[in-house]
Amino acid sequence: MILRRPFFWIILLVAAGFVYAPLHGNNVSLREDLILIAIAIILASNLNLMIGYTGYVNFGHIVFYGLGGYVGLYLTTVRGWNLVLSALVAGVVVSVFALLFGLAILRLRGAYFALATIGILQAVQAFVSNFDPWGRSTGMYLSFNSYQSLGGARHALWITYFLIIAVMALSMIVSLAIKNSKFGLGLFAIREDEDAAVVLGVNATMYKAIIYSVSAFLPAVAGALMFFKNGMIDPSIAFEYMLSLEGIVMLMLGGQGSVIGAALGGSLYEKLRSYLLTSPVLSNFHLVIAGGLLLMVVLFAPGGLIGWVYRLVPRARKVIE
Amino acid sequence: MSTILEVRGVSKRFGGLVAVSDVSFSIDEGEILGLIGPNGAGKTTLFNVVNGVYKASQGTITFAGKDITHCSPDQVVHFGLARTHQIVKPLNELTVLDNVTVGACFGREYLDMAAARKVASEVLQRVGLGDRADMMARSLTIAGKKRLEIARALAAKPKLLLLDEVLAGLNPTEIAAMIELVRKIRDGGISVLMIEHLMQAIMSLSDRIVVLNLGRKLAEGKPDEVVHNSDVVEAYLGFPDIVDKLTRME
Repeated sequence: MILRRPFFWIILLVAAGFVYAPLHGNNVSLREDLILIAIAIILASNLNLMIGYTGYVNFGHIVFYGLGGYVGLYLTTVRGWNLVLSALVAGVVVSVFALLFGLAILRLRGAYFALATIGILQAVQAFVSNFDPWGRSTGMYLSFNSYQSLGGARHALWITYFLIIAVMALSMIVSLAIKNSKFGLGLFAIREDEDAAVVLGVNATMYKAIIYSVSAFLPAVAGALMFFKNGMIDPSIAFEYMLSLEGIVMLMLGGQGSVIGAALGGSLYEKLRSYLLTSPVLSNFHLVIAGGLLLMVVLFAPGGLIGWVYRLVPRARKVIE
Repeated sequence: MSTILEVRGVSKRFGGLVAVSDVSFSIDEGEILGLIGPNGAGKTTLFNVVNGVYKASQGTITFAGKDITHCSPDQVVHFGLARTHQIVKPLNELTVLDNVTVGACFGREYLDMAAARKVASEVLQRVGLGDRADMMARSLTIAGKKRLEIARALAAKPKLLLLDEVLAGLNPTEIAAMIELVRKIRDGGISVLMIEHLMQAIMSLSDRIVVLNLGRKLAEGKPDEVVHNSDVVEAYLGFPDIVDKLTRME
């Protein structure tokens, strides 16, 4: 049972810390920092389900986040739905979309699959940029009325923050639950050798499509919440290719295949990035440093931080998940 | 005794190349059937057609009364037909125990994790890998990896086991131990279809032997009948009367 795993309680503790820290003293700037870290953890954890668990590199993972944002903002603004329902519906819609695309492109393996994921990102971005109901390339703006139903803007932002933290905790819990399940074992088998997995009885086609769809759900919900909080969306910020790549850097840095690794990589990288972006000297260099970091990790610590810990203390594998 | 596997008129073509042509044979329950033939005879291709990795171009395959001609490999395992690979395919970054647990989880009984782990530990004891359960599969020796292949297949609780050259690359001690293991598997009530190049081993293990050459079935029968069949001798050695000549020279 997942309740008996110490790590489950650690996740809840961390989430509680995320809620308490900015609330104490009403520290809005800390909240804005933490929200970016939370988004990074959500993206890295769900990307981990594809890359770390199943062995399929998804370069276009951000498409789920952006589409979730669009569907969410459309439902709250144009349709006047409430936030939670809109976010959940956005998650479901994007998951179904992912399932259909997954069944089509998951026949491909290795580099060909990776290329197809870039293609999907580009295609969706091009489509949305020309889609009238979503405002084409100028995007959509949130009507201020949407904040009213949550008790005004200030209240609404805090509520959105708590919801995003909940999605962050849920992302890690889902990763943990899958890792310890039969479904997860099937995914690991696919990652190690897909042909062998099929001969051992794993229905690889279905498993891959399901995990692709699962890895879309929470990022889409997070996208709906985040763009609601930002109050606007347009194709270039919703489908930011760089963020998709940075997700992979986060995962490699922390250690793919590990729940803590994804979370750690996500938060460390996000910290580093916000430092670099705000530093006057280095602000234009953050991608240079990200690239260098990725190179170092791939060359000297292919398992990332957690892989490095595993190598130092082999028994840690059983404790650190 | 009833038939567990019946292969009837099976052909497999890759474009213009006919790898397997109109092959028929059957296996009874509790039998060990040897499949031999020179390199490139189509033995492994035939295995791949039987367990669904390749689709047969022609013919039917019936397993335990079910038509499995169009089934995928993962479905075939659920019916109780498991196999090993000639070139071992360990799940490298998983432990030996996890490797075998995969077999038990997705095998005939479709066990949950807890039950599958128990079955996996038992099977590991049975094949002699009990003390290596927590090792990464990558770090096993080649003999260990061959045993792991068998363990994974056994964990699926099959009725029929396809063994693809489990003796190749092993030293004499390991071969003797492996032959013992195959016997034990059969005595446990599992039918076996095995490809093997090592004649001594296949002669002593098999109840019957099927010989393939250039994709066709050349001969079938008891081991000593088959080795004296002049077609078989020709396929292996090149001259139909070489046995006579060699005997005369003595």
